[in-house]
Amino acid sequence: MSMKYTNEHEWIRVEGDVGTIGITQYAQEQLGDVVFVEVPAVGRKVAKGESVAVVESVKAASDIYAPVSGEVVEGNAALADAPGDVNAEPTGKGWFFKLKLSDKSELDGLMDEAGYEAFVKSLG
Amino acid sequence: MRYLPLTDADRREMLRVIGAKSVDELFRDVPASARLPGKVAGLPDHQGELEVERAFQAFAAKNVSPANAPFFIGAGAYRHHVPSTVDYMIQRGEFLTSYTPYQPEITQGTLQYLFEFQTQVTLLTGMEVANASMYDGSTGTSEAVLMANRVTRRHKALISGGLHPQYRGVIQTTARWEGFNAVVAKTDVDGFEDLIAAIDKETSCVVVQNPSFFGHVRDFTKLAEACHAAGALLIVVVTEVVSLGLITPPGEMGADIVVCEGQSIGNGLGFGGPYVGLFATREKYMRQMPGRLVGETVDADGKRGFVLTLSTREQHIRREKATSNICTNAGLCALAFTIHLTLLGEAGFRRLAELNHAKASELADRVAAIPGVAVVNDSFFNEFTVRLPKPAAPVVEALAAKGILAGLPVSRLIPDDPSVANLLLLAATETATEHGMAPLVAGLKEVL
Amino acid sequence: MVQSLDRSQGRAGTAVTDATAAPKTFTGNRALQIEEPLIFEMGQAGRCGVDLPEPPKVKDRLNGLRRGGEIGLPGLSEPQVVQHYTRLSQKNYAIDMGVYPLGSCTMKHNPRINEKVARLAGIGDLHPLQPISTVQGALELIDTLAHWLKTLTGMPAVAMSPAAGAHGEMCGMMAIAAALDARGERAQRKIVLAPESAHGTNPATAAALGFTVKAIPANERGRVDLAALKAALGPEVAAIMLTNPNTCGLFESEIVEIAKAVHEAGAYFYCDGANFNAIAGRVRPGDLGVDCMHINLHKTFSTPHGGGGPGAGPVVLSAALAPFAPYPWIVKNGDAWTVAEEGTAVAGTPFGRLKAFHGQMGMFSRALAYIMSHGADGLKQASEDAVLSANYVMAALKDVMTPAFDGPCMHEALFDDSFLKDTGVSTLDFAKAMIDEGYHPMTMYFPLVVHGAMLIEPTESQAKEDLDQFIGALRSLTERARSGTAVEDFKAAPRFSPRRRLDETLAARKPILRWRPSNNPPGTDPLRQAAE
Repeated sequence: MSMKYTNEHEWIRVEGDVGTIGITQYAQEQLGDVVFVEVPAVGRKVAKGESVAVVESVKAASDIYAPVSGEVVEGNAALADAPGDVNAEPTGKGWFFKLKLSDKSELDGLMDEAGYEAFVKSLG
Repeated sequence: MRYLPLTDADRREMLRVIGAKSVDELFRDVPASARLPGKVAGLPDHQGELEVERAFQAFAAKNVSPANAPFFIGAGAYRHHVPSTVDYMIQRGEFLTSYTPYQPEITQGTLQYLFEFQTQVTLLTGMEVANASMYDGSTGTSEAVLMANRVTRRHKALISGGLHPQYRGVIQTTARWEGFNAVVAKTDVDGFEDLIAAIDKETSCVVVQNPSFFGHVRDFTKLAEACHAAGALLIVVVTEVVSLGLITPPGEMGADIVVCEGQSIGNGLGFGGPYVGLFATREKYMRQMPGRLVGETVDADGKRGFVLTLSTREQHIRREKATSNICTNAGLCALAFTIHLTLLGEAGFRRLAELNHAKASELADRVAAIPGVAVVNDSFFNEFTVRLPKPAAPVVEALAAKGILAGLPVSRLIPDDPSVANLLLLAATETATEHGMAPLVAGLKEVL
Repeated sequence: MVQSLDRSQGRAGTAVTDATAAPKTFTGNRALQIEEPLIFEMGQAGRCGVDLPEPPKVKDRLNGLRRGGEIGLPGLSEPQVVQHYTRLSQKNYAIDMGVYPLGSCTMKHNPRINEKVARLAGIGDLHPLQPISTVQGALELIDTLAHWLKTLTGMPAVAMSPAAGAHGEMCGMMAIAAALDARGERAQRKIVLAPESAHGTNPATAAALGFTVKAIPANERGRVDLAALKAALGPEVAAIMLTNPNTCGLFESEIVEIAKAVHEAGAYFYCDGANFNAIAGRVRPGDLGVDCMHINLHKTFSTPHGGGGPGAGPVVLSAALAPFAPYPWIVKNGDAWTVAEEGTAVAGTPFGRLKAFHGQMGMFSRALAYIMSHGADGLKQASEDAVLSANYVMAALKDVMTPAFDGPCMHEALFDDSFLKDTGVSTLDFAKAMIDEGYHPMTMYFPLVVHGAMLIEPTESQAKEDLDQFIGALRSLTERARSGTAVEDFKAAPRFSPRRRLDETLAARKPILRWRPSNNPPGTDPLRQAAE
């Protein structure tokens, strides 16, 4: 399935009922060199819009919000030693966590790729 | 006015460049109702150095300097000898008149001494990481409780009855207005307190002091184990940092956060401030620490250098989500601390601690021999509690009238507990002499 | 072309050698720039910088808790210690060396009489818990400073104990929370309003006390939008936190109306006094309607910044908040002074205690010495000179840099980075190039509301000639930036400082917060490397 996006610059890619979540190319550029990522614990139940992870660069810190509701099934442990993956491959190796979705219809409220591109463009 | 370099001619020329007729024009945004016709009324005009110095000498003359009196007061602030080198070095303008090292390329001096300071603090406390200092021990303790609340996501702090009463007051004030529960154990004069039974699943931390406010030296290993079993943190407070030269450090007892008042090393009594708070913890809690942190890195040429780091915890970036609202630390007091400790080194620091303990032991024996006076403590470092046959406050006043600064009547800091009325806290550091002890003992005999 | 203000006494046209291209020295040192190891790399067992007598043998009373093992502190002799810290000091920029235009920090001259009086026997060596009868002069000193602060601000009360500005904010906001509590409205009033341009400490303080921070927008003049503020006020608002002069260096011209609207809505007005230096002795915040304001003694009243503290942040309070002031405070009874602390019978309901003892006495002495030296006339003149100097810098640079707002500023001049647009040079690069010119950079990227902000606060302490050289340097840098030929130079700056740009990403990714023997594997020790 293709990716969906939030206006907080998170992406989600869903396979089956599990979604993988990370931050977009635009977001990593805005942050600069990522130095630390805190990912949620496995088993945590999160609601759409809830703050679940933190990403930090030298000069900025951002909360990552759950794009949809669900239960955390995996956090990207590799980011602890290689936070730079978020800069290098924000939609690949730099993923943050995986959620087992509780309500797939929530995906409908998110932007598709074209919508997100237009959104980023509108930010100037 | 000697501090103002601009001449009237300069001012006229600058106004011309600005295109303003007068300086009043620059203040035109001040509402008319708030514009003063001239200077603020009712205050004197400028004075020369000589006059200012005289005024301060007049203030000083109305005080009794500890240098001129037998002196035995401690209770969280201790009189030690500070080597001349310390005060000379901290007054170098490059240290004194620099600011927070925001530009690391031209503040490596500050950054390196803070890195050395952080390392010294970890060594003294037996902990893994330390920050670049807090305002003082009391505010550092309150920040430690807030940190424990963040780490454990719990909101109940258990406070020992052996904690300095004003430290306890600061925690209670923070608890009241920042919204957590501070449970205070009953005053622990005898040092037998056992807090293990009071720990429960809501407890975020237990706060103890070593040596305690009353001077007892305690082993908190079992308490640490009980805290950890319940998912709580153990916070150990040390108000006399010299004790760490002789006593097992809190880190070895299992403490999770250690806060010390660092005044004893490098910093004078100064009527209560500025002092310097030491703050150390386990590496796993590093990102939950308040305050500034200095870290090692390299520059563009690959040379070792130091920077402020992990600043995303702080208010200027995280704003309302910061770990603390703290902005400054106690930079210059931390410098005094680190220089003094560097002068002492391993051998000097240990010997200083031995000297303190020996002086206090001597004083305890001499005071215990006074009829009617009992030393409460079996264990102590350089301060202990004695029970007098009558209320301590008037005794101390009577001795002050004889020119003896005899210690702290516990009732001054615990005014609401009549059971402490007869207790006197006595401290003896390396500065205590026969010259001082003899008049104290004689004076006590006389007024009791 | 900018006229050179090179004071090196060299003949014009003398070749200048690029220091970074110079040959390597054996030591790694470059004349006065001396590479200095850490104390832990210098120490030797058997060396000590103090001589203490042999302790008498006593039976220890340590409850069996005698410390075993090595602590790990290095041993250095006194001359080594003096050299170490002297060399470190030479790696620092400082007010004593020149213009330190760090906006919002008020890096003014720190007079040495302040240091002297703070150390006098009978002041600097007093114990905070000596009998009250033996510290009458100390209490009088604090009360004298308190009198000055109240009179200069036109406020009836002052809480002296806060240890720094941020601590003062905590004090003021706790007093507000206590006043709301007394009115039975604390649960209802949970919102604190603050402009987007506020210091980070404002939202951090309010949030710590359980308030929700709501941003209020600025108007195009860089001031609070009064209409938007009025619309945001209501029965759920506890207070507004507002810096005045504000963080853009501008006086809030509608401040009296703001105060009135805030009070009519039943809320309190917290004024962040970080920028009091612009108006001290000339405008009394009490006349503007504020309920409390912290005063950074290390800014306005010249106590040394000390590499980042210690500060002191007394808070002046209106009649509405005075009853809630925290312990302790000084009371004068006839000819005698006493301390109101826990257990003393007092009027009012103190909200608690912010720190042990009585506050930053050492800073009180210094600030009072400064205030007495200046007097009412000198303080007014100092504020005027601070404002004049900032406006002069603004006027002399406005054709080559871009002021963020029109009209006169107060004590600091704020520029945005539009003059650097398309040059490839960022605010950071520009600031780092100032280091090579011998200046500490201005405050950068603050306030957040201005793009690429550069906030210049010259203070009243600089001679016009020195301001002119500073202006000349900045003009020259703008010319170079816009020439399009010097981008690489800017990116490589600074080149003449003890260290070049430091890798902050590395520091944050792999934090090394203390020395360990393993920090320096063979070949990386700077001294050994030089000798190899």
